Amino acid sequence: MADGEVVLKVEDLEKTYAGNKVLNGVSFEIDRGQIKVICGPSGSGKSTLLRCLNLLTHPDKGRVWLEGKEITHEVGDVNKARQKIGFVFQEFNLFNHLTALKNVSIALEIVKKMKKDEARDLALKELGRVNLADDAHKYPAELSGGQKQRVAIARALAMNPVIMFYDEPTSALDPHLIGEVLDVMKKLAQEKLTSLVVTHEIGFARSVADEIMFMGDGKILERGPPNQVIENSKHEVVQKFFKRINELYRRNEA
Amino acid sequence: MAAFAEFLPYILSGVVWTLGLVAGGIGIGFVIGLLMSIGQIYGGEDIKAILHAYVWFFRSIPLIVLLFLFYFGVFPATGFKLDPLACSIVVLGLRSGAYQSQIFRGAILSLGDTQLLAARALGMSKLRGIFHIVLPQALRISLPGWSNEYATMIKDSAITFTLGVLEILTRTRYVAMATHQPLIPYFFAGGLFIVLTYAGSKIVNTVYERTKIPGLVGRL
Repeated sequence: MADGEVVLKVEDLEKTYAGNKVLNGVSFEIDRGQIKVICGPSGSGKSTLLRCLNLLTHPDKGRVWLEGKEITHEVGDVNKARQKIGFVFQEFNLFNHLTALKNVSIALEIVKKMKKDEARDLALKELGRVNLADDAHKYPAELSGGQKQRVAIARALAMNPVIMFYDEPTSALDPHLIGEVLDVMKKLAQEKLTSLVVTHEIGFARSVADEIMFMGDGKILERGPPNQVIENSKHEVVQKFFKRINELYRRNEA
Repeated sequence: MAAFAEFLPYILSGVVWTLGLVAGGIGIGFVIGLLMSIGQIYGGEDIKAILHAYVWFFRSIPLIVLLFLFYFGVFPATGFKLDPLACSIVVLGLRSGAYQSQIFRGAILSLGDTQLLAARALGMSKLRGIFHIVLPQALRISLPGWSNEYATMIKDSAITFTLGVLEILTRTRYVAMATHQPLIPYFFAGGLFIVLTYAGSKIVNTVYERTKIPGLVGRL
């Protein structure tokens, strides 16, 4: 499990929805401990990409390897592969009928076959990691958006994933709640938890990303270190995009 | 008046039969309806078409026609020897299944697909996700509609008098004919149905309140 080992390898992924080519040949790799951020305008295929990577959506073409084992093309058990990929949704998707604690522990019991009290202890620990140990007994409807998303992160972390996928984790949040979620994500990034993050939070990207991949028209238009892509892109689309994001960002800061 | 003191307990004991019909019908309908709703949403096109035909069949034909069809036609023709009570329970159940499947189907659809998506993302199989995540929520959402189904079933069960099932109405008719005084027996029967309907909706309401999810208003 040394650094530098490839955790996720993606080769030539393609996906078409209703005649619209959402992914048009996407390839990249993530090494253990790396944090990669995906940016791009809406409709550029970012969410579809994440869902194709853990096969919530089946790609039309292309291959995906997780820790060297191919998970596309019915090789191996999809459910097994998904256990190793933590997935955080934009809309949290917490289980509404379960407490925060149960949200985190249910997959441990059902999927990982852990004993009830073991699952409970681990769930409490993971909730502590996202600073929510005191709210373990609350139901999702009793939590703020930021708390919900942190429960969702704890739920993913509890499965002990080899990689985390975040699909615009702060886009559904009120501005004043974004910080608490980003703080947790930064902490995890500093712990070198391999992550693939779809986000427009350039502050986050600047401080923890090893690479930004900018998507447009179903392809990776540009990739590189955050500062290079954000400040010195050769592509006009990319420049425009970050100019707009920067303006928004400054307005929020002010 | 003395005659009624003797006859009303006879009618009253029909409550047990009526409740038997309702419990059996609702129970069979619950199992059928739940499985059907899952098939209607997650099944392949063939399954969906078959289930659609089933719902259409049982919702289009009057209950009394269904009862006669099965009691005099389908069961004898297929070699099943069912007495009127058993036949009535089966028919009520098959028919209720069609209606209940629509209640559960609506509830599952109202949840959207994101709950199952989150379950799958954690490595749960589709079946586990449906069982542990989707159904516990869908059943809660179904409760109000389900309470209607109970009220309908209580009242529909009276039609089984046509097969001579000894439920409330059958007994009431006997008493009315024997005493030549229909008013009091039928009022009494009506009163029994009011009490049964009211008690049932009270019970379902209590379950609804008890299983409410804290913080969620309206939707669950």
